[in-house]
Order: sequence, then structure tokens, then C-alpha cells
Amino acid sequence: MKEVDARGLSCPEPLMLTAEALKSSKGPIKVLVSEPHQKTNVEKFAKDHGKKTTVKEVGSEFEIVIE
Amino acid sequence: MNFSDSKKKLALAGVICGIVAAILALQGNPGNMAFCIACFIRDTAGAMKLHNAAVVQYARPETIGIVIGAFAIAVATKEYRSTAGSSPMIRFVLGMIIMIGSLVFLGCPLRMVIRMSAGDLNAWVALIGFVGGVATGAFFLKKGFSLGRAHETNAMSGAVAPVLMLGIFVLSVATTLFAVSESGPGSMHAPIILSLIGGLIVGAVAQKSRMCFAGSIRDIILIRSFDLISVIGGLFVVMLIFNIATGHFSLSFAGQPIAHSQHLWNILGMYAVGFAAVLAGGCPLRQLVLAGQGSSDAGVTVLGLFAGAAVAHNFGLAASAAAAATDTTEAVAGGPATAGKVAVIICIIVCFIIAAFNKRQAAK
Repeated sequence: MKEVDARGLSCPEPLMLTAEALKSSKGPIKVLVSEPHQKTNVEKFAKDHGKKTTVKEVGSEFEIVIE
Repeated sequence: MNFSDSKKKLALAGVICGIVAAILALQGNPGNMAFCIACFIRDTAGAMKLHNAAVVQYARPETIGIVIGAFAIAVATKEYRSTAGSSPMIRFVLGMIIMIGSLVFLGCPLRMVIRMSAGDLNAWVALIGFVGGVATGAFFLKKGFSLGRAHETNAMSGAVAPVLMLGIFVLSVATTLFAVSESGPGSMHAPIILSLIGGLIVGAVAQKSRMCFAGSIRDIILIRSFDLISVIGGLFVVMLIFNIATGHFSLSFAGQPIAHSQHLWNILGMYAVGFAAVLAGGCPLRQLVLAGQGSSDAGVTVLGLFAGAAVAHNFGLAASAAAAATDTTEAVAGGPATAGKVAVIICIIVCFIIAAFNKRQAAK
């Protein structure tokens, strides 16, 4: 699974990296972010593009799998 | 309540902030200012005697309330995270640039929208510059611009900004240490308690809605998302209705409160603001909110705003407002003096340097 590590990056970098990864890979991707609002942003972005998301909290950070 | 999951709720967030702005304007805040972040940090910097422009000195409870409101709601909803380490000194410089550009135009992006809603055509002209600046920043983001990662740090670090703000508020009401303007914009203000409550509400709503003036235009350009612009739309509509209803709406270049018609410098001032705000990850309002929810990096940007305000007024970079002739004084065209013009050019050059030399690949 392709992994996008967007932890600690400022907006809108997590979204841009997610968008790039979704474009270049066919299978599911895993996105790592730190801030709750970035988790919401990435989830919403994926849903707007017709994808399913599952979110897992890892410590104080988030792991979002988009498929 | 989650404000950010639908455009309607986001617009509602904007409406709430618009109502707060309208009430504060009615209760005595200066014309078309409501709770302009740049103006109010400038006033607060003046109160703390970081600069000595006598007409703009007042510790604004609104700004203080925004940081504390964002902090409180972030803690309450478990979104508080103490982070630091994403090129803080570059962010300090960006904060200075945002403030200097704002003071050449005479308003942050928030006030630009409020001025637009009052029919101030100078602000509509400045919008061209702001959108251009945001687009330039977005271009560099696409090319891989990044200030690097922030990391989690000691929990206390993120709480320093709200505590310092609280300290400023306590000193302003309990002591006579701070300067207070006797005339000019700094002397016009709503009752302290109302200002504070207004700030707390805006801080909380802005934290939940991720309200950002630079981000709203950036998201349209970069990801065709109209979410954040919904917030601004809500605010604009409320202020437009308020201005028409109270007779404050007049579609013109001349005769607008605390404004000037040097179009080139309005455009370039807001170009610098839009560019720097996108590089810093948010407009002045968003920086206050991020500082409240634990980002020391945003806290440093806010310090940059304070330093920028001091520099702008100590060295005469800030523009003066246009004024019509009276019996005793001649008409003033307003606008920035030569030093202010040079400063804006330098600010824009510095933005390009920062944008060109900070790449994500280099960030660890």
C-alpha cells in the first residue's frame, strides 16, 4: 500500500500529497496526519472523490486508509 | 458541533462572525474595522508602546479573545496539540510581511472583506492584489514549497500564546501601564466586556470552521474546493445587509473610513499579504487561531505581526488615510510614503526568495 506521510505539514500540503498519491496509484493508499482538522480535510477530500475511508488513531496522530 | 462538514454550516459560521462584527461596529469600533486582525494587533502593539503612534494605541480585547477562545474550544474538543519546529524564524518574517502589507493597504484580509461589504471600491481593487498574491503562493505550493514538519513538543509550549494574551488583557484592565489613544481609531472601541466576548465567540467559531481568508481563495485555486469561501461568503452577506440597513453602504473610492485610493499600493500591499499568508499556511485570523490551539509556529508568526506593526509605525511604513478638507486642514490624499513603498517591494522580493528556496524534498 502506498503511504503518504503528511505528519506535521502545514495546510494544504497534506491534501496536495493525498491528491498526488490518489492520481498516481491505483490501489488503496495510507495517509498519516497529525492534526484533527487535517484528518477531517483528508477524509472529506477522499469522500468528495468517491472513495471510502477508514481512520485509526495512532497515539496523538491519525492514519487514514483511502480505497 | 462540527462546523466544517457542510457548506451550509460553514456559511453559518461566517454568519455568526458577521453578526459579532456588526454588533462591535454598532457599539463603537472604528469604521469598517469590526475586528480587523492587523489593525487590532497594531493597536495592541501600540498600547504596549512597541510603537508610539498616539492615534492607534489600545489593547484590543477582540484579538486576545480570539486566541483564548480558540484555545478553550480546542482543549474542550480534544484538538489542542502543542507543536513546533516548522521553520519558526521564516514564519516570523512572514508575519512581519503580512503586517507591513496590511498596513500599507490599511487592513488585513478580514477588513478587506468588511470594506468591500461597505462599498469601499479601494478594497475591491486591493482584492485583485490579494488574489494575485494567493495565486503566486499556490503556484509555489504546487512546485513543492514547504516550511517543513512541525513536531509535538512539551504541552506547555503551545499554551504560552494564550497565557501571554491573557496577561496583556489583565494588564490592560487592572493597571495603567498601557497607552490608550485619546483620539483617532484607537480611541474608538466597543465596551471591553463586549469586545472580549465577541473575540471569544469568533475564536471558537473560527477554530471549528477553519475560517481563513487566504485559505479560502487558495483552496479554490489548488483543489477547486469552495468550502472555506462559504465562511467568507456568510460573513460578507451579513456585513452587506448590516451596512445597507444602517446607511453605512456607499459605493465609492472617496470618503471611505480609514482608507486611501493609491490603487497600485493597495494592490501591491495586499499582494504581499496574500503571498505571505499562503506561505505561512493562513491569514492573520487563522494564525491567531492556530496559535490558540497549540501551534508555537503560528505563535511565532503572531509575534512577527507585532514586530511588523512596530516597524511599520516606528519607521513610517504604514499608509495614512485619505481625508477631505475641513475648515482648518487641507485635504489629504493618503497612501504610503516612499519608505512604505520601498518596504512593500522588499516584502514581495523576500516572499519570492522564501518561496523559491524552501522545498518539501529538502524537508525531513
